[in-house]
Amino acid sequence: MSRRSRPPRLLIVLAVLGAAIFAVPLLGLLARTPWRDLPSLLSSDIVIDALKLSLISSLGATVISAVVGVPLAWLLARVEFPGRRLVRGMVLLPLVLPPVVGGAALLFALGRRGLVGEPLYKATGLVVPFSVWGVILAVTFVSMPFLVITVEGALRNLDARFEGAAATLGATRWTVLRKVTLPMVMPSISSGLVLTWARALGEFGATITFAGNLQGRTQTLPLAVFVALESNRGTAIALSLVMVAVSLTVLVVLRERWWKTW
Amino acid sequence: MVTGLDARIVLGHGNGFTLDVTMAIPPGRTVALLGPNGAGKSTTVAVLAGLLPLDEGRVTLGDRVLDDPSTGVFVPPESRRMGVVFQNYLLFPHMTVAQNVAFGADQGEHAGDWVERLGLAKVAHRKPRELSGGQAQRVALARALATRPDVLLLDEPLAALDVTTRTRLRRTLSEHLDAFDGPRLLITHDPSEAFLLADEIFVIEHGSITQHGTAEDIRLRPRTPYVADLAGSNLFNGIAEKGTVGIGPHTIHIADTTIAGPVLATIHPRAVSLHLRQPEGSPRNAWETTIDLVESLGDRARLNVGEPLPLTVEVTSDAVRSLGLAPGSNVWVSIKATEIGIEEG
Repeated sequence: MSRRSRPPRLLIVLAVLGAAIFAVPLLGLLARTPWRDLPSLLSSDIVIDALKLSLISSLGATVISAVVGVPLAWLLARVEFPGRRLVRGMVLLPLVLPPVVGGAALLFALGRRGLVGEPLYKATGLVVPFSVWGVILAVTFVSMPFLVITVEGALRNLDARFEGAAATLGATRWTVLRKVTLPMVMPSISSGLVLTWARALGEFGATITFAGNLQGRTQTLPLAVFVALESNRGTAIALSLVMVAVSLTVLVVLRERWWKTW
Repeated sequence: MVTGLDARIVLGHGNGFTLDVTMAIPPGRTVALLGPNGAGKSTTVAVLAGLLPLDEGRVTLGDRVLDDPSTGVFVPPESRRMGVVFQNYLLFPHMTVAQNVAFGADQGEHAGDWVERLGLAKVAHRKPRELSGGQAQRVALARALATRPDVLLLDEPLAALDVTTRTRLRRTLSEHLDAFDGPRLLITHDPSEAFLLADEIFVIEHGSITQHGTAEDIRLRPRTPYVADLAGSNLFNGIAEKGTVGIGPHTIHIADTTIAGPVLATIHPRAVSLHLRQPEGSPRNAWETTIDLVESLGDRARLNVGEPLPLTVEVTSDAVRSLGLAPGSNVWVSIKATEIGIEEG
């Protein structure tokens, strides 16, 4: 056997340590799970309410991101306009900003006394913070950048000559977008949506700041775990297991279905 | 109604040169735009297709103005009715062959017919990445033709293919060009492609047309060293049989004894030797002829010799002087059988 075929031992040790960072917490969670009480814990109101709310808010954020995030990515990738770098920086800010700060900013803007919140309340009576809509908005604020950067990168790398070819075949710009541009970047849109959804599911800081922590109204799974850790370990573990299961299932299934390229 | 394409294209090009091309393509004729890489060929296609606006000039199809900066007229690509076969074909990777062909298909036109006509029925449900180069080229051609275009633009349609496929597809392409009754523009860097497929050739170098004319004009009277080099080869259609090729009444010997049937024989001007007397030794191809023309190209010279097989010959200027070669003088021509290129024609 050639000596090259044996990988350096140090590298393997470091890699195993790296994997342990992910494996040990998961094992710790499983080791403490009260398996016999699990069915009753899982069917408690706190768990069911939080699961429902988490699914609604994370999927809502994913849908909103798809509807407005993809056009935003297109604008940033394809249209030259003054202040484009500033807009791009703003879109990426939530990736590095502590979510609590994002939540506070949302509160100043959309709270009942906020810049947009006050006229909105006066006009429609709608109060966004501390409602399901507040949860969805907070979660979207934090998670949409993942979609925008993924799709913008894909659009920049797309060979524009394909769009030219489509135009010579008689396709209007709208048809080109619908039948050539979007399908060609679809793998990136899909993986961007999965990342967005995953980030949305785990969102904590912006949500608790902007939407509060009201069971059945704004308490998502991560919030419920945080509260339960103080009072009821069993419930906290059950909630954590639900999140692990949901995340793993979706990532595995979508990896097969969506991340497929042509 | 079929109409001709007229274009005067002036376009500032990023890398220091200006594209300045004037050409007219009558309906039912194939014009080749022949030139080296970077000469502005693909830019010309982009302008004609409407993917790049002109700086100056005018593109018209019959009496329909497609682009004229002086009046502000600009017809966008989707309304130009130009069928384009792009370099590397640009088939949509996420669509099947059938979907690619149907993409721009004219209403009432059955895209399926074009799939059939180009022999693609068996691969109709494949994605472009599962196709051979030759199949991809035919899909690109079918996709362009299915739109019922007024003009056909082909940008290096054979360049991506291997040699054997190229010969076969050149014939397919030739048939489809003939069947198309509008103006046809073939972009190529390969002189034999231009000579075989085009009625008229425009040579482009550094963004400008340096010469245009029929294949015969270009070959016999090259005006620039580049044209002399690329157009220099002598091309003959002949019939091969048992190691010989009959070209009209004349017969030449070739190295390949197995090939039979119609062929294209190429003889490079530098592969021909000139002698004052009958050469000794082994050249199988030697005959006496008369010099028609001597043209100096610096330290080289280009000569045309006449019957029985008119050839362009390139020798050094020293040889012209020392052998005393001049129009009207008699010489012996010799060509080694191994120096004659043979392709199935």
